[in-house]
Amino acid sequence: MQHYNMNLTLKVWRQRNNKVKGHFETFQVKNISSEMSFLEMFDVLNEQLVAEGKDPIAFDHDCREGICGMCSMHINGRSHGPWDQTTTCQLHMREYKDGDTIVVEPWRANAFPVIRDLVVDRSSFDRIIAAGGYVSVNTGNAVDANALPIEKQKADESFAAASCIGCGACVAACPNASAMLFVSAKIAHLALLPQGDPERKVRAVNMVQQMDTEGFGSCTNIGACEAECPKGISLENIARLNREYVGAVFSGSPRG
Amino acid sequence: MALNSKIPAGPIDAKWKTYKSTCKLVNPANKRQLEIIVVGTGLAGASAAASLGEMGYKVKAFCFQDSPRRAHSIAAQGGINAAKNYQNDGDSTYRLFYDTIKGGDYRAREGNVHRLAEVSASIIDQCVAQGVPFAREYGGLLSNRSFGGTQVQRTFYAAGQTGQQLLIGAYQALERQVALGTVEMYSRHEMLEVVKIDGKARGIIARNLVTGELERHFGHAVLLCTGGYGNVFYLSTNAMGSNVTAAWKAHRQGAFFGNPCFTQIHPTCIPVSGDHQSKLTLMSESLRNDGRIWVPKKQGDNRKPTDIAEEERDYYLERRYPAFGNLVPRDVASRAAKERCDAGYGVGSSKMAVYLDFAAAIERYGKIEANKQGKGNLDKASIIALGKDVVKEKYGNLFDMYAKITGENPYEVPMRIYPAVHYTMGGLWVDYELMTTVPNLYALGEANFSDHGANRLGASALMQGLADGYFVIPYTLGNNLADDIRTKAIPTDHPAFVAAEKEVSDRINRMMNIKGKESVESFHKRLGKIMWDKCGMGRNAKGLEEAIREIQALRKEFWSNVRIPGEVKEFNPELDKAGRVADFIELGELMCKDALHREESCGGHFREESQTEDGEALRDDEKFMYVAAWEFKGESQFELHKETLDYEVVHPSARSYK
Ligand SMILES: Cc1cc2nc3c(=O)[nH]c(=O)nc-3n(C[C@H](O)[C@H](O)[C@H](O)COP(=O)(O)OP(=O)(O)OC[C@H]3O[C@@H](n4cnc5c(N)ncnc54)[C@H](O)[C@@H]3O)c2cc1C
Ligand code: SF4
Ligand code: FES
Repeated sequence: MQHYNMNLTLKVWRQRNNKVKGHFETFQVKNISSEMSFLEMFDVLNEQLVAEGKDPIAFDHDCREGICGMCSMHINGRSHGPWDQTTTCQLHMREYKDGDTIVVEPWRANAFPVIRDLVVDRSSFDRIIAAGGYVSVNTGNAVDANALPIEKQKADESFAAASCIGCGACVAACPNASAMLFVSAKIAHLALLPQGDPERKVRAVNMVQQMDTEGFGSCTNIGACEAECPKGISLENIARLNREYVGAVFSGSPRG
Repeated sequence: MALNSKIPAGPIDAKWKTYKSTCKLVNPANKRQLEIIVVGTGLAGASAAASLGEMGYKVKAFCFQDSPRRAHSIAAQGGINAAKNYQNDGDSTYRLFYDTIKGGDYRAREGNVHRLAEVSASIIDQCVAQGVPFAREYGGLLSNRSFGGTQVQRTFYAAGQTGQQLLIGAYQALERQVALGTVEMYSRHEMLEVVKIDGKARGIIARNLVTGELERHFGHAVLLCTGGYGNVFYLSTNAMGSNVTAAWKAHRQGAFFGNPCFTQIHPTCIPVSGDHQSKLTLMSESLRNDGRIWVPKKQGDNRKPTDIAEEERDYYLERRYPAFGNLVPRDVASRAAKERCDAGYGVGSSKMAVYLDFAAAIERYGKIEANKQGKGNLDKASIIALGKDVVKEKYGNLFDMYAKITGENPYEVPMRIYPAVHYTMGGLWVDYELMTTVPNLYALGEANFSDHGANRLGASALMQGLADGYFVIPYTLGNNLADDIRTKAIPTDHPAFVAAEKEVSDRINRMMNIKGKESVESFHKRLGKIMWDKCGMGRNAKGLEEAIREIQALRKEFWSNVRIPGEVKEFNPELDKAGRVADFIELGELMCKDALHREESCGGHFREESQTEDGEALRDDEKFMYVAAWEFKGESQFELHKETLDYEVVHPSARSYK
């Protein structure tokens, strides 16, 4: 792999807190190595800003391995940038060439208010899970793990849905800021397993209700979410959620 | 102060059973009056908070990320051990216990480790009941793989995302309790002090990281589930935010620190690519099941790996350790890689890497697959294609991650790997009940020192975190709090809270007002370099003494020249990080002191002065068969206490994997 250095222009969203208006600010960064990750490029920029006595750009990140779901950046119009099925932290600078301009914004959605710069509040996702995204089993209640064999194919499908990292890219990508892909991934993960079966109706009803309460938009089958999801969560999950939800509502499942 | 580990009397396999059936209980009405603070929502914290909430305690849980689901546990890849013996390959509670004691190089407590092995099976049951989608066989039953340091298949996994799936299980259980009102969740909060009243931990001071405000929270007991401190080395496989602050504040308040120098360097990580490097990425140990590790036989061989013929390769682990081969424990594998690279056999542009090669596995799996499909006489290219599919199913996400980071395709060329800091066996000293030396202050998960001795076996950290949270603390906490049911909630205008908050606030202001020239990041890097060079994979007295002086000097510099932009009362990640780095600097000094005093090699701690002729670690059981528990006595002053380890069941022997 040939390595090279580049100079870039960055246009980054700055917003001190959620009470003030934000704006774009332009920065020049020099000698960025193609081997760096996108966030390491931001580290370089932030070190530069600290040295100049300015405020560094706030952005969320933790694992830098594509699994914690923190690194929410909307890059040149795409959630998590140009690479398919890749989080911002796993995007590497070899994607760019000398002289490129990169525009970076936070996730934009009413249900994800900006905290500072590129950092947003995604606690609405936690509240959706709290509304029903679990199996009601207390510690110590379980039977032997192999007592209930599960068809490998179903287990694999459930795992695929469970691999959602709760990043919110699907919401940021959606013109309606809908959270359907996220919600449907959880519904599918649990509905595909016998352990999740007893509560599947009330779960679907309550999670959807919470999603509406949080102010996410409705799903009009655009499919931008699937295209931007770093974990390849499939639109089929949304179809499943719709079936689960309709089934639950028509069978008169109690809201709880 | 004499250390009392409170290991119950009786035969090893009866201790925990006896404890459980005789410990004191708290009745449900009283539980509702008892408030518990759980700091951390990784596997240990989320499982503890959820379980205690279910039991009826009033729980407050804290984490510094934006959601409890993002704790560093999410990143664990390879798997979780349990003595289920589903594979009928001779596994048992005893064998898991034995492997862990031996793997830890006889520096862990027998009583704790046996309990861990006993409860391991229940963890898998619990997780499956929660809907954790572990890997399964075609017959629908759970699948297992093997991990380093063992000869049985006892590791349960969910592709390369086991930690994620386990944490999501625990997180969902936690959110269920949040919805039920038994747990109050405080995300984006950082605990910055333990509040003690009459010698007992009775609360914390936390900083709301969004507003920067300090908050006081009361608890009858405080549980620290705050993870490990590998980031003291700057570069590690830990998440960027992982830090020692909570444990260090507890230490300064009287909690002894156990075996601080016991660090695990993981053998298979993607090598450093340049100065810009911010963290290192693990390639799961499970890869060593199928990958073969080698370097060229010739020094400084610059040919492409695919051009180096079989007989010109040195599969040094298979050569040196025929019984375990590529599956030797981590400490052994890491040192062997360092030895080859230091001797000039390393590969890649930095020459600080070795190959992890899947070509043989791809061919082997391809043949098996061809036979399964009844195509015995396929050509080689088709066999390889089939084999790649199998490898993809097993390790696809790891291979993708490698490709994204390095830009190379590991299905075609061998991975380049090098050891990196990964885990800390050391941590807050706790007794059998997981209580620190500060009454009512507990430590769970990686934050405590307890179960892995001087070296942790793969897939055992997840097991320990969940064991502590789901199955140990629910009993041991009640045993203690049963005596506390008359203690009313203490109002947070109590002088102890006021004083603790002032202490925290003063420190923050002092740091902010330095207004020096050097960034927090720069101090962290400098600390990391000292630690890696002098307290890393190989340690010696001269280097450690130097490191101690250098760290003391670095500390002075930090407190006179650090530059923290922004304000206190706002979202300010640089300030958050500054506090963490300041604590890392103090910890680094203690780690070096601990490493210096332990004049033996054991597990991950390799003192160059203490090795056999063929370069293997040389333990000194006569002098060092104890846990080093350090007491904070003031800046740069630590007093050593020893907890002698008694081996009643397993007889310590030279740990050999040959
Ligand atoms: C890349 C990687 C892969 C791994 N793979 C495996 C594996 O396959 N198998 C295995 O067994 N082990 C593995 N490990 C080890 C294992 O993941 C960890 O040891 C384990 O997850 C630690 O869990 P924990 O609950 O103790 O802490 P963490 O998961 O680290 O959680 C710490 C929690 O504490 C909070 N916290 C910390 N400080 C504060 C504070 N001051 N105030 C408020 N909150 C605070 C954090 O927000 C977080 O919620 C791996 C580790 C790494 C780095
Ligand atoms: S569905 Fe995909 S994009 Fe949406 S939160 Fe989950 S992982 Fe992120
Ligand atoms: S930082 Fe964790 S997914 Fe990007």
